[in-house]
Amino acid sequence: MTPAARASESVAVPEARRDGATSFIEIEAIGKTFVGQDGEPVVALEGLDLCVRRGEFVTIVGPSGCGKSTLLSLVAGLLEATAGEIRIGGTRVAEPYTDLGFVFQSDLLLDWRTVTGNVLLPCVMRGLDESAHADRAHELLASVGLEGFEGKRPFELSGGMRQRVALCRALLLDPPMLLMDEPFGALDALTREQMQVDLQTIWHRTQKTVLFVTHSISEAVFLSDRVIVMTPRPGAIRAILDVDLERPRDLNVHDTPRFTGIVHEIRLMFQEMGVISR
Amino acid sequence: MAFWNRKWTRDAFWMVVSFGALIGLWAGIVWLFETPSYLLPGPGEVLGSGRDNWLQMIPHSGWTILSVLAGYLLAVVVGVPLAIIVVSSQTLERILYPPMVATQSIPKIALAPLFVVWFGFGMFPKVAVAFLICFFPIVVDTIVGLRSIDPALVQLARSMGAPPRRIFLRLRLPGALPSMFGGLKVGSALAVVGALTGEFIGSDNGLGYLLLSAAGELDTALLFAILFLLSLLAMAFFYAIEILERLMIPWHVSQRTHSG
Repeated sequence: MTPAARASESVAVPEARRDGATSFIEIEAIGKTFVGQDGEPVVALEGLDLCVRRGEFVTIVGPSGCGKSTLLSLVAGLLEATAGEIRIGGTRVAEPYTDLGFVFQSDLLLDWRTVTGNVLLPCVMRGLDESAHADRAHELLASVGLEGFEGKRPFELSGGMRQRVALCRALLLDPPMLLMDEPFGALDALTREQMQVDLQTIWHRTQKTVLFVTHSISEAVFLSDRVIVMTPRPGAIRAILDVDLERPRDLNVHDTPRFTGIVHEIRLMFQEMGVISR
Repeated sequence: MAFWNRKWTRDAFWMVVSFGALIGLWAGIVWLFETPSYLLPGPGEVLGSGRDNWLQMIPHSGWTILSVLAGYLLAVVVGVPLAIIVVSSQTLERILYPPMVATQSIPKIALAPLFVVWFGFGMFPKVAVAFLICFFPIVVDTIVGLRSIDPALVQLARSMGAPPRRIFLRLRLPGALPSMFGGLKVGSALAVVGALTGEFIGSDNGLGYLLLSAAGELDTALLFAILFLLSLLAMAFFYAIEILERLMIPWHVSQRTHSG
């Protein structure tokens, strides 16, 4: 039996709690119920526990509508939970938590600002002096291979380049954690793989804590220390898998038996839950 | 040839060609059928009438321009804040939007006689009709623009700690500009229609008034001269708004001229 398989069978929650002492993000019995269009309550998340260690890369993978994005919004304090609580660095999240970088599927670049201007958006939104951070913005852009594009407008960039700019924007004020909501979901397959490699490099360099949401099983396995498999609505944790593949990983890791084994295991879970057919 | 390859130069060239052809066709018809000048005067006659009457036309066009601009600016000054109010509060939207839509179902031109009864001859009825007729597209397109912000962008801004006022000023408002300019351009053409209608019904000055008196005297050449002047004025107004648009939103898709 592979180590990953063993992890999937243990009930994940108590194990996660045990190392709570070093946890950075602590999610405890969180629940979120919305009022649907027809006035009926819709349970998006129910009794979800999760701890993320400082510097850890954790990916949440699950079917559409399982509350993955809701979970990220709750962690960022943009939504109020209807049950349970979330703590970051020991402090309860009760209002928008701003010491983080958010990356969405859509790059959300502003057409009326230059590439640098977009990277500096966190300054504008916080009322900080933009010029004081201009050097940092240029450094970040250079680190993702976008030197020479500083003065361009977003529409002059390809989809992959635009998403790199969005990543630089998230990193501008050097927050300790990144929330990424299907950031590569709109990119073509080749660009997507390149972005995964680049993100891993950035993660190694910056030691950020990352909470990453995706639909792609292989993307989850490639990037993560741990993969959280979610059930369909109401969203809850089906399993937590440790990905004990050596780092740094290159794209050829996709062809190793260990990698395909973990991917296979997650796919089996989705088949069991009826999310995908056999 | 670099000069020829400029898009602007080519556009101007073809515009001259097509207008030249139209005027040629016009002159040809007048010459061929020998139409009486009270029915269809030739281009030369119209030009002559414009030359003879320009002293009269200039002050009248001044009045028209004044009422067009007054009605239009009033519509912008009232319409844009109203759109912002409607977008920012659901209750106010419920209160304000239905009567706004209801006033649009009244043909505004039909209101002009009423304004004359209420306010008498002069500037006010003209300005009021111009205002009413261009108000609605400006409000509606501003509302559409303000609503079109990506909800994820609001989330992103909130996660950066932005207060609502800053989200509005730095994200929602600039994002609404392209749609707003759509309304401003439609409104600019409508304001001219509104002012002319006002002049037809209750005024003793303005190009609309001059147009009616020329028609009364069967001075068709002058009538045509006024028509040309009117369309020149309306075009100038429209392009002034378009230039403003280019200056304010050079980043927008509709302004990107390079074709790859």
